[in-house]
Amino acid sequence: MSKYVLRRIVIAVPVMFGISLVLFTILALAPGDPFGELASNPNVPREIAQQLREKFGLDDPLPIRYARWLTAMVQGDWGFSFVSRIDVDTLILQRLPTSLFVLGSAQLLGLLIALPIGTYSALRPYSFFDQIATTLAFIGFSLPTFFTGLVFILIFSLWLDWLPFIYRADLSSTGWRWLWEQARQSIMPVAVLGLFQGATLTRFVRSAVLDVIRLDFVNTARAKGLSEGTTVTKHVIRNALIPVVTLVALQIPAIFTGAVITEQIFRVPGIGSLLISSILSNDTPVIMAITFVFSCLVVLFNLVADIVYGWLDPRISYR
Amino acid sequence: MSVAAAPARLLPDTRARPSLWREAARRFRRHRLAMVGTVILAGMVVAVLAGPLVYRVPIDEIDFRAKLQGPSRAHPLGTDDLGQDVLARMLYGGRISLAVGVAAMLISITIGTSIGAIAGQAGGAVDHTLMRITDLFLSLPQLPLLLLIVYLFRDSLKRVLGPEAGIFVMIVVVIAGLRWMPVARLVRAQFLSLREKEFVEAARSLGARSFRQVTLHILPNALGPVIVAGSLDVAAAIIAESSLSFLGLGFPPDIPTWGRILYDAKDNLDFAPHWAIFPGTAIFLTVLSINYIGDGLRDALDPRKVLGHK
Repeated sequence: MSKYVLRRIVIAVPVMFGISLVLFTILALAPGDPFGELASNPNVPREIAQQLREKFGLDDPLPIRYARWLTAMVQGDWGFSFVSRIDVDTLILQRLPTSLFVLGSAQLLGLLIALPIGTYSALRPYSFFDQIATTLAFIGFSLPTFFTGLVFILIFSLWLDWLPFIYRADLSSTGWRWLWEQARQSIMPVAVLGLFQGATLTRFVRSAVLDVIRLDFVNTARAKGLSEGTTVTKHVIRNALIPVVTLVALQIPAIFTGAVITEQIFRVPGIGSLLISSILSNDTPVIMAITFVFSCLVVLFNLVADIVYGWLDPRISYR
Repeated sequence: MSVAAAPARLLPDTRARPSLWREAARRFRRHRLAMVGTVILAGMVVAVLAGPLVYRVPIDEIDFRAKLQGPSRAHPLGTDDLGQDVLARMLYGGRISLAVGVAAMLISITIGTSIGAIAGQAGGAVDHTLMRITDLFLSLPQLPLLLLIVYLFRDSLKRVLGPEAGIFVMIVVVIAGLRWMPVARLVRAQFLSLREKEFVEAARSLGARSFRQVTLHILPNALGPVIVAGSLDVAAAIIAESSLSFLGLGFPPDIPTWGRILYDAKDNLDFAPHWAIFPGTAIFLTVLSINYIGDGLRDALDPRKVLGHK
């Protein structure tokens, strides 16, 4: 298993490298000078602008610029935000935990919805329950998150006045009160993202369980007298989860898409909303760094998915 | 699908082809929700194409006396914060939303099919390299990258092609450039199995060159899954464009795509919920219809994928 994990990590490195190459190519192809604004801004002294140009090596040939940019990114030297006047890595580290909290809870909610409903649907295919669940799943993943978000705000904040529609990272209260307020403000962003994920995953789980449940070893498990519950949980679900893990990993870039939008709707101070505000204020170093962080997170979660995959299906890690 | 392998020009048996498509059409018609989706989508298309010709209210007529009004006889879907008619704006913007979806789908399946076909036919190092590139693109975070590209290239494209065409071309190309990978994988997988089939071998032994084998024998048989993926791509592209516009980084306010209307409406939810609900519902219905059509097409064109269907 450890050899398998190591191999996966080694494979993740070239992917990371490729992503960095794509990002850099986009930046290099971009017309004009991303730092041009700084150079032409009269508030920035010429020598500082020149220093920055030298620091980022903007006048060097492309391969050297790429090598320098990559080393700086890897070392965590992500530059200086034009707008907030602090280091980009400090800025992102402030925002990242909130994003990961919302994303993680949403993903958890999605799995908690998808696993039981998908499995139950597949155990009774084309039953009344299955038809309702499949239809709801179809509706769920056809509803764009930006629309569900607005509808939730309309219903739960404006009409019923149950939940706050602005997420605050700096709640003043402490103890139980803090926990209560935190839960209240998290419900809507997590639900919007989690329901969407849940709808997508339900379809995956249903078709994966349908594939497994016809196999002979399930009949064997039943024939040797295992209860239906044990058969389903120990034999069916564990094997059905293997393709689901792959699909979840492939979904990860899409989850980030939803996260950016959800953070923007509910003003969650995470890196997604930081990305939007940086774009609106032309803060190039922050934009580049956040795109890089998102890419790193995709590769990281793919790695986690690979490892879970190896754990669920030991055959893979011995290959 | 493999029956369609016999191209009409080589075997003048015209019965095989139409009956195959008729069979697919029959299976599609049996999918009730796909038929409902087709009707709704057709309605939407007719509405955005013919609507502005029939419903002749200007999209940019500002009337502050009638701002933020709910649906009424004069304004069937209400008005926005400048007193502009929401229905007229939705009909006009819907053209752009749907056009973005279709154009991005066409580009993405063209790229995907080409890459998949080259990889599947060439094999070896070419295949390996192309598939690594596909994997790489699959692990790119789409929306952040889309935002990055829009941010970096927006102004210069605007200068070259004008504000409307520039943004349209950029959004379509970027969305398509980040969505071709599933099609490439599908086509490659199809090629790997099809190129070993007897009918392709027969063509090969008759001396057909690689290009002829691909275009005449393999590709027509690989089209089923591509059509399914393409239909779902339209929905995904519509959502991607709406997301961009919803974040205020897509089309400018004078091109009211559905996502852009939502962006303008979102800060007035408490006074004018109708302003957000109508365009949001339009996006939802379109995407839902397309997804059901895709589901129906899967049943019709890819019968092997259907599990235990009655």
